[in-house]
Formats: sequence, C-alpha cells, structure tokens
Amino acid sequence: MEKILEKICTDYEKHEGNIISLLQNIQNEFGYIPEGAVIWFSRKLDIPASRFFGIVTFYAQFHLTPRGKNIITTCCGTACHVKGSERLITGLLKELSLPEGESTTPDKEFTLERVNCVGACSIAPVVIINDKVHGKMSADNLMKEIKKLKEAGIEK
Amino acid sequence: MGTGGVAAGGSEVMDAFKKQLGRKGIRADVKKHCSMHRVGCRGLCARDVLVDVISNDRKTTYQYIRPEMVEKIVTEHIIGGKPVQDWVVSEDYHKFHDKQIKVVLSDCGIVDPEDIDSYISVGGYEALKKVLSTMTPTDIIDIIKKSGLRGRGGAGFPTGVKWEICNKEVSPQKYIICNADEGDPGAFMDRSVIEGNPHAVIEGMIIGAYAIGADKGYVYIRAEYPLAVERLENALKQARANNFLGKKILGKNFSFDIKIKLGAGAFVCGEETALIASIEGQRGMPRAKPPFPVYKGLWGKPTVINNVETLANVPYIVRKGADWYASFGTEKSKGTKVFALTGKIRNSGLIEVPMGIPLREIIYDIGGGIENNKKFKAVQTGGPSGGCITADMLDIKVDFESLASVGSIVGSGGMVVLDENDCMVNIAKFFLQFTQSESCGKCVPCRIGTKRLLEILDRITSGKGREGDIGLLEDLAGDIKATSLCGLGQTAPNPILSTIKYFRDEYESHITKKKCPAGVCRDLLSYMVLAEFCKGCGMCKKVCPAGAITGERKETHKIDPDLCVKCGACFEACKFKAIGKG
Repeated sequence: MEKILEKICTDYEKHEGNIISLLQNIQNEFGYIPEGAVIWFSRKLDIPASRFFGIVTFYAQFHLTPRGKNIITTCCGTACHVKGSERLITGLLKELSLPEGESTTPDKEFTLERVNCVGACSIAPVVIINDKVHGKMSADNLMKEIKKLKEAGIEK
Repeated sequence: MGTGGVAAGGSEVMDAFKKQLGRKGIRADVKKHCSMHRVGCRGLCARDVLVDVISNDRKTTYQYIRPEMVEKIVTEHIIGGKPVQDWVVSEDYHKFHDKQIKVVLSDCGIVDPEDIDSYISVGGYEALKKVLSTMTPTDIIDIIKKSGLRGRGGAGFPTGVKWEICNKEVSPQKYIICNADEGDPGAFMDRSVIEGNPHAVIEGMIIGAYAIGADKGYVYIRAEYPLAVERLENALKQARANNFLGKKILGKNFSFDIKIKLGAGAFVCGEETALIASIEGQRGMPRAKPPFPVYKGLWGKPTVINNVETLANVPYIVRKGADWYASFGTEKSKGTKVFALTGKIRNSGLIEVPMGIPLREIIYDIGGGIENNKKFKAVQTGGPSGGCITADMLDIKVDFESLASVGSIVGSGGMVVLDENDCMVNIAKFFLQFTQSESCGKCVPCRIGTKRLLEILDRITSGKGREGDIGLLEDLAGDIKATSLCGLGQTAPNPILSTIKYFRDEYESHITKKKCPAGVCRDLLSYMVLAEFCKGCGMCKKVCPAGAITGERKETHKIDPDLCVKCGACFEACKFKAIGKG
C-alpha cells in the first residue's frame, strides 16, 4: 500500500496539489477510500484528516467502505422516475436481500447504488450493470441479468 | 452513437456491418461510396440504433437496427440496390426533424466526433482562423453582443456582456471555464453536444479565451459521463496536434490550453462559485455574490464561466454572422435552444428549436404526442428549479420570458412530459428529495427548509396530511426562496409552488380524501381483484411477495388487504387486467 501511496503523492505534487484529484486517484487504486490512506496523507502533507473526510463525505462519488464485485447503478433521474425506476429498486432490494440501510451485500458480491441522472433519459428507465448501460429496463429483464451474475459468481 | 446509441447496441451494429461487408468481399470497391462513419447523437434516441446507408447519392435511414438485421441490409440494399422498406424510418421521423432548426446540433450526427478532420471538413476551426487573423477581442465581443446570445445553462445572462466585463478587468491571469456539470435530472443536452461534436465546444472556448484575454481554460465535467470525457480528451489532443491549442496558436501571439477537471458527484457544483471551489479542490460550497467570478473567480482571478451549449454556439455565430443568428428566436430570446424531450412522449430525444416556438408544436409535431395514447397532463421544465406547464397553456411560446411568466423556467433544457398516470404531488416530492439531498448545507434556509418541505410532502403522500398543510408549504417556500444563499435553495421550492398553483385539487384530494387520483402514492392505494375479469389463472398469487392473494385455480382470487404490501406486482403480472387499484 505504501508504494502506491508514494506514487499518488508524487502525482499530487505535480498537479497543483488538488485534494479531489488525489482522492480520485486513491479510489481508482483501491476501489474506495481506505481510512489508512487518508491518515497516511494527512501526516505526509500536514493537512488535517478532517479536511479529507470533509471532501469525501461531500461528494457522492467517494466511498469509505469497500464495494461489491458487481456494481448495479440505478438511475433516479426524472424520466427514469416517471418510468418506474422506484419499482426496479424495490425489486433489487428484495432480489439481493440487502440489509436495511446497506448498499453492499454481506458476501461483497453486489453493490446497489443510485445516481441522480446519467443523461440517457430517452431510454429510461436506465440501469448500469458493471459499467454497461442498459436502457428501457423491465423488472423481469433486470432480475435475469442479476441471476446471470449470481450464477457466474457461484461458478468461480 | 451517443451514450443512448451505444447502450442500444450501436457498436455491435457497426461491427456487424464491418463483418458483413468484409465477408461479401465488397469492402474495397464500395468503400468510397459506403465508407463507415461513427457519428454522435442525432436526436431521435427512442428509435436507436439508427443507420444511414448512402448509395448512389441517395440516403436511406433505417431505425431500430439490431446486429442480426445487418446481413439483409447489406445483401438487398448495398449489393442489390433495393432498400429494405420495412425497416426504413417512418414519416414521423421526418416530422421530428422538420420543425427543428439546428445550429449547435447542426454537425452532431454528421461529423465523426473522434476525428478532427471530419469537423474541419464541414468548416470547423474556420471561425478561429478568422478571429485570430482579422479580429480584435472587442470585435468578437461586439458580434456576440449583437447576436443576442444568452447563457444556455439556465440563467440566460447575455454572454457578450459577461465577456466584455471580464475583458475590461486588468489582471495578469484570467481563466475561462466551460461548465459541463450537467446535473439536472432529465437533461442531457451538454452530454450529447460533447459526445457528438466536442470540437465546436473547444473552438468556442478558444475564441472566448481570446476575447477576454485568458491563457488557461478548464472544462468541469461530470464523472458520470465517461463517453463524453473520453471524446473530449481525444479532441483536446487532436486540437493540440493541429496547433489550435498550445503556444502561439496558428503562429499568432496568443497561447491557450485547456484542462479537464472531473466533477465528483455534487449537483450544487453547477453553481459557479461552488464549481470554482471544486476546481480548487475544496468542498463545493457556494459563496455569497458579489464579487462575481468575472471580477474574482478561480484562485481570485477574473474568470468567465460559460455553459457547453453557449460555447458551442460561438463558432457558428462568428462564421455566419450575428444577424444570421439573431434572425431566429424572439425579440429578447434570440437564437435556438436545445431541449431534452423525455418522459411519456412518443419521440423522446434531443431537439433544437428556435426560441419562441409554441409548446404544442414541440409536444405534438416534433414529439409525436403522448405515448400509448394517454392524456397529456403537464410538461415539467427546468428540472428541480423549474415548474410545470399544463394542458391549457400548450400554446405558450417557449422562451426565457414566457416560461418565467407562468412560474416555470427554460433552465438548462430538460422537458419531462407527464401523462394522466403521473401524480403531481409525487413529482413535487421527487424533486424535493433531490434538492434536499443535494443541498450543500451551508445556509440554514436551504438545509433545514428543504428538509421541512419534504417532511410535509411525505406526510401528504402517505395519507397523514393535515388541514393547512398547503398553506404551510406556500409560506415556507416563500421564505426559502427569499433567504437562501444560492440558486439551488432559491429555486428549490419552485416545483412545489407550481404544482400547488395548477394542481391544487390533487393536493386537497391527498389531504382530505386520502386518495391519490393518479394512483401513484402507494400508501393511499388499495388493490382488489375485479371478479368479472378474473380467470383464476393464479399468476397474481404466484408473484405476490406477501402471500396476500388466495384462490383456487379457475376461480376468482382474493386479496387480503391486511397482508397486502401494495407493491403492484399482481397489477403488472395479470394478463387479463383483472387487478384494480384505487
């Protein structure tokens, strides 16, 4: 971990010392923002850790806990809302048996996230499954996709 | 191929064409006539994937194309010379385009967004050459002022005036920022412009930088738009290689370069002072204005912030003249505007229309009317800062002033069409959930006020509404509008005020009768089996997650209201429309 952090630190100094870019680099490396990384940078750069956490919790993009292997992102924009995105989410919560208030399943297989709008409103409702955009999603098709991913997970 | 087209399978269709043309061994000899282009979004996303085949100078457009259909097109049309009539776009495809006037989108869907030469071949970067060789910054500002171009991000501030103020500021360092933090849910104009023709935005930015005297620019773009970011990065590289960016551009004494800054997912960062804070690497919280960014912006230096669509207009205005641009639109709102037409509309997609076009023409001629022959209820414009326009106002002109006069706004250009099955109280609640969670928390009226508004809406939609709640909403909304620090809070109550104004009866029905007339609000609904339609197939029983449905095969089923969780699964599963709700 130390080595990766050193490298991110060199980039940070090159790029006008921007904390957001630094955190984006950390997240690209680890998939989330580990607390240890923040403490490391806080000591190294002599910037209070609270400044880092202030930024991390402000922006929706940053995550403080590890995310699942499969990331399901449902769009909650206006067009998706009127075309039934809420029903898709209810279905997903049930299918993945997500504990109340959690976004990642205990086995770290799935993470369910909501995004405000991905700007693909004319093919609403939109669900992004592992970076692939699926438009005009129905509850049936979504469950089929999830089952496929579940089976792929078991085979491994 | 924009995000929509790629999601609908655009890449797969293109691969299929490559494969088929290769297999038939006709690739080499037809390439001149039938070279394959990748183009950006062409507007009618609902019909994706769209494919143009140009054979013997005749263009045929196909709709809903899937990879397996490609072979037939190649054999019958490209080789045989006979278009596959069944798959050709219908007449309303042309109707969709007829009433539109395209400036910003004129080259979207024509040029290959990943190839600078494609943009140059249709006149790209000519405006920049003209500017650098024959014009002074004041000349440009005069043209933009004369064209009447106003900011397309929502506020509608005259672009030329903004540039003029910044031009007059004396400072060794100035900045120009392109605001591509398109956060309004239901809006995707900026994404499509960048994905479809990124060089127009870059050219506009360079001209703007020359006009105000900036040598550094930033594009602040949402990380949620990966394809747009990729195409923009690629376009910047090509522009540098052609010396449109960098030191001594085109041999003149003017240097300028652009950096991309990725947003990190905060709606408020579309507000200019919050955006600046975010570029500086801080929490994106707005500050009080004045001083405005043109005087004191990024790192305390004079900064112009323009929206994507505004900048993309600039090269066309410079090339074709201020009078040409000003000939479109109304007296106070000149030019054209791009709208994202979505929701319950037949032809959803991206449209560009002259300012002042009647709303009816957008909905019925361009949009093709309401989906599934439902009844039109309202159009929501301007997203979470806007309001709605109802059926009896359909003849209103769509421009900055007219929409403001009925309590809505042009905003960034989202238009979400709602039909009789949409509950207006639910729509207001949807927007409040959005603004409440996106409030940055700096000022009290917005942070706490939106929370209270949402609580009241929550109780109205769950059947616990109290008498006087409507008045309370109105009071609170007025206070929040008057006292919030930035645009987010000042406009957050608009969706509530507008829906109360035009759909007060729906609010009253929720509060006094505990009924949701549109059948949307779950807590106010009850489901029942309609005995005369029920065939006893057992489908509803099978899908019910709560075990609330009982009944023998081939006999009328029954829903136990005490066990029913109102998920609506039975309603959707029943093939005989035997489940009623109300």
